Order: sequence, then C-alpha cells, then structure tokens
Amino acid sequence: MHVRDLLGESVVGMLARPVRSALTTLGTVLGITTLVITLGVAATAGNQIVGRFDELVATAITVEVPESPQAPLVEWTAIDRLTRLRGVESAAAVAESKDGANVFVRSNDIVDPTRVTTQSLSVLAATTGLPEAARGRMVAGRFYDVGHIRRRDRVAVIGDQAAKMLGVTRLDRAPAIFIGKHAYTVIGILGDLRRERNLSTAVLVPPTVGRQFGLRDVTRVLVNTSLGAAGLITRQAPAALSPGSGDMLQVVAPPSPTRARDKAQDDVNALFLILGLVSLVVGAVGIANVTLVTVMERVPEIGLRRALGAARRHIAAQFLLESTLIGLTGGVIGAALGIVTVVAVSAAKQWTPLLDLRLAVGAPVAGAVVGLLAGLYPALRAARMEPVDALR
Amino acid sequence: MPEPVISLVDVGREFPAQPPVRALDGVTLRVDRGDYLAIVGPSGSGKSTLLNVLGLLDRPSSGSYRLDGTETTTLRDGARTRLRGDRIGFVFQAFHLLSHRSVVENVMLAEIYRRQGRRGRRERALAALERVGLGHRTGFPPDRLSGGERQRTAIARALMGEPSLLLCDEPTGNLDSRNTEAVLDLFDELRGQGLTIVVITHEQEVSRRAGRRVRITDGVLVEE
Repeated sequence: MHVRDLLGESVVGMLARPVRSALTTLGTVLGITTLVITLGVAATAGNQIVGRFDELVATAITVEVPESPQAPLVEWTAIDRLTRLRGVESAAAVAESKDGANVFVRSNDIVDPTRVTTQSLSVLAATTGLPEAARGRMVAGRFYDVGHIRRRDRVAVIGDQAAKMLGVTRLDRAPAIFIGKHAYTVIGILGDLRRERNLSTAVLVPPTVGRQFGLRDVTRVLVNTSLGAAGLITRQAPAALSPGSGDMLQVVAPPSPTRARDKAQDDVNALFLILGLVSLVVGAVGIANVTLVTVMERVPEIGLRRALGAARRHIAAQFLLESTLIGLTGGVIGAALGIVTVVAVSAAKQWTPLLDLRLAVGAPVAGAVVGLLAGLYPALRAARMEPVDALR
Repeated sequence: MPEPVISLVDVGREFPAQPPVRALDGVTLRVDRGDYLAIVGPSGSGKSTLLNVLGLLDRPSSGSYRLDGTETTTLRDGARTRLRGDRIGFVFQAFHLLSHRSVVENVMLAEIYRRQGRRGRRERALAALERVGLGHRTGFPPDRLSGGERQRTAIARALMGEPSLLLCDEPTGNLDSRNTEAVLDLFDELRGQGLTIVVITHEQEVSRRAGRRVRITDGVLVEE
C-alpha cells in the first residue's frame, strides 16, 4: 500500500465526520493549550523576574572574615588591592563587633523629659568606599575621607534613620553626637541604601577611630562587581584580600543567573503542568473512546477493505493514523492558541514574550503522540476483526 | 487441459459446537474459465460458508481448494489476503459503497491495497465504470444513485485489476425486478467477455440465467 494512499484514506476518514472529529480534538486542544501557556508564561515571567534583580543581586558579593586570634586576616589597606581588580566597581571593608552593636548615642547632654534623646545604635567602622559599596548616597553632607582617617578625626556619618531618631536634621551647624563619653562631629547622613539596609540605623566612624569601640579588625567586605564579573571576582577576592590565608575567608556569591531562572520557573510551573497533563490524559481518553465508536460503526467498511485485499496491518495503520491526525490537529490548534495567549499576556504586562522554538514544534508532536497512543487499542480491535464477521 | 479457476476437492468446514456443526460436507466443485455458475439453496444450507471459503475469507477444515492453480489451504494469512485482493472481485448484496466518496473514488478504492502504482488509477476506474455503463455518473455520491446503479458501481469496483473470479453474494437481493434485469444483463455481457462469475442466490430468476447451477443442501453440493 502506498503511503500517500494510507494518508489519503485516513484524512478522508477523519473529514467524513467533521463535527465529531472537531469535538474529539477538543480535549487535546485544551491540554496542549494549557501546557504551552504554562511553559510560555513561566519562561517569559521568569525572564522578567531575573531581569529585575539581576543587576542588584548578581553583582553583589560579601566576604565574611572570621575572627583570628593572631594577626588580622584582612588588613584595612587590603581593600585597595581589591579595588584594583578588573570587574570590581566598588568595595568597602567594615568592622562590626558585639561591643559596637548596642552603644548608647545621644545628640546632646540636655535632659529633656519629653523626648527620648538617648538611642541604642550600632557603631561600625568602615572604609571610605562604603556609600558606593552599600549602594546608597549621601543624603546630606559628605562621607569621611582618607584625611579624616589618617588624622583620626572624631567625625561620624550616620544613617538616615539614625539621624531621625537622634533629631539631627541639618549639618550646617556641625552637630555633634555623643558616643559613650566622647563627642563626634556628624559630617554626613547616609541614605537610600539598596544593600545593607541596616546601615540606615548605624553610626559609621573611621577605622582609626573605631578601635575605641573594639572595632579593630575587618569583619566583612562588601564588593560590587560589574555585570557578569561576579564569578571571576568571587574566585579572586580572597587572594586579593588576604594573600596568605585566603581560603579562610567565606565568600557569599550571588546565585548564578541560570539557577535563579530555573527556580522562578519551577515555582510557577508545577501546578499548571499537572493541570495540562491531566487535560492531555482526558483528551487521550476522549480520542480513544471516539475512535473505538468509529471502528464499531465502520465494521462493514473494514470487511470491505479486507475483501479488497487489505491486510490487518493496513487496517490498523489507517485507524492509527486517523487518531494520530486528530491528535496532531489538536496539538497544532493548541500550540497556536497557547502562543497567542502568551503573547497577549506579555503585551498586557508589558513583558518581552519569550517563545521557545522547541515548545512551538514540540506541542503538535505531543498532540500527535497522544493521538497515537489513544488510537492503539481501537486500531488493534479493528485489525483483529475477522473479515467474515465484519461482512456479515 | 487448462488449469480451472476454482478446484474444490472434498472440502469440509466444521464449526466447533456441541455437537460440531458441519456447514460444508465433502464439497467437490470445478469452475473453468468463462463459466457462469449459480449456487442455490435455502438459507442455512451452507451457502454463505461456501462463499466465504471461495472468497478466501474463511479457511476450510479439510480438503483442498486451488484458485488459479494455487493451493490456498496451506497459505499463510498475508498471502491469502494478497491473493484475495488480486484475483477475486466481490459483489455484495448490501453494495458496501462508502457513502462519503464519489462513485469513481469508490471504484478507485479497489486498487489501493495492490502493488500497482497510483499512476492512471482514475483512468482505469473510469474505464471500469464505462464497462458497466455508468460513465455518466462518475462524480455522484452513492446515495444519489438508484439501487441498480449502486450495484453496478460495486461491480465496476470488483472489475478493477481484471480479477480471475467475480464472486457475487445475492447481488440482486436489494433490487427491484427492473434493476435486477439490468444487473443480470450486465453479467451476461461480462461473461461474454470471458469473465468467470460465481453467483450465490436463492432467486429463481438469477439462477435460471446462469449457464450452470449447483444446489447446496445441508452442506452437500449437488449439480443440477
């Protein structure tokens, strides 16, 4: 039997009852549409989510420096070596300690019963690159510089929340705050932090001053890299910061972008994937049912074909191809509907639609496979029929 | 002496039951090329079983059946199917035309399971329709034809590929007398062209027109 004859017989057989065939494809259409929408929207949305936090997360590296009883693992000056690395946009070393976590800070010595003037704030020592490293900006005044550090000037920069709590609103009169017993001049207010937001309630002092609060050694290094350099800097930073014992530093690197994307997709997909698969199974049962009914209706035709010289495999192939074509039709319609929906959703949300070519090609194939599987049993029933019985 | 088209020797067909039903019992029959044979008998006499055996739709339990010199009882399923498609043209009482195809497409259907190429198939179908006098009805759907025209379409389909044997099962059972007459005239004409025809019928008029008559009663065949 010629392949074109087989195909022709199947197509004519399918089109002989167009309404029935159309209704039969519905289950597959629903299933494939659901699957395509699920996968398409998830891929599109996943891309958007990643796109939004890419810049912030994918370029932020934190190096945790463990305490060392001997010489400090990271010198304060090591930050210059790190900044020189290609790919580092900004970096700052920070010293935190338990002693500095809760320090009483007040803005003046006047006892005002109506206000709480003494606040418990954390005091940190940091290098000059901190505003950039924490991705913030100076809301007022300026950050201290190398000169302040070298001269051990008693200056402090406070976070914007700390400023509010302490009642520091303007800097033109060089306000002072009292940390413990000593007064420090507030020269700047740091705000709009996008990283290390807890710094907004902190008091920052130069490292040379911080020793008085037990802030001797660097405990943490904040690094921002240019986009795509995070992996490289993650490997290079320990050596740059502590050439002798870099392996003792803990580098907290951003998750790789691909993994972030997978994760986002996983969350959205699972439920809808199951929904789509269930619809596909229902569609397959529908095709199997209708094909079986069709076989039973066409018993005389099967008998005739056998009388005309059709072998069992010809009969099986014809019905199998018919159900496969029904499945394929459902798959094509479903894929088209699904893709249109993904584009529509993307347009409504102002996303860039992400269409996987494999999805567009795979969906009709999946429909065809569903039809093929659904047609197996009816086709076998048709093929097993004895011509004598079929013609009776 | 040329090989006969049909040669049945002591053919029996039993159906398993309690006790076993002997539908055919020692049937011996020889049909030569160009014969026009009518098999008559009351219902339940084994007519249909004999037709199924002759048409290679059923396998005899015993005996030998040679079609065109080929021993068929030992053939495998696939070879029997091929032989059936190539050598035998069937004409059924119920016509068995596919309702959603035109007359010429119904006739063309006879060739799709043969090894013959697709080229020229429509022309051969049109020629077969000419032969049965339906050249003017080729594009019609079967349900717009009269009963006689439908049966002639079925005969045209059976004639495709020049079969050795035209096997007809009650070909006029669904026809009125005028259409019966037309179909029988066609059989005469085809026989005149050298075709071998075997007709199974219980109608007197049909069997009277045949050149030769055999009667089957309770599975036993008797020449009349």
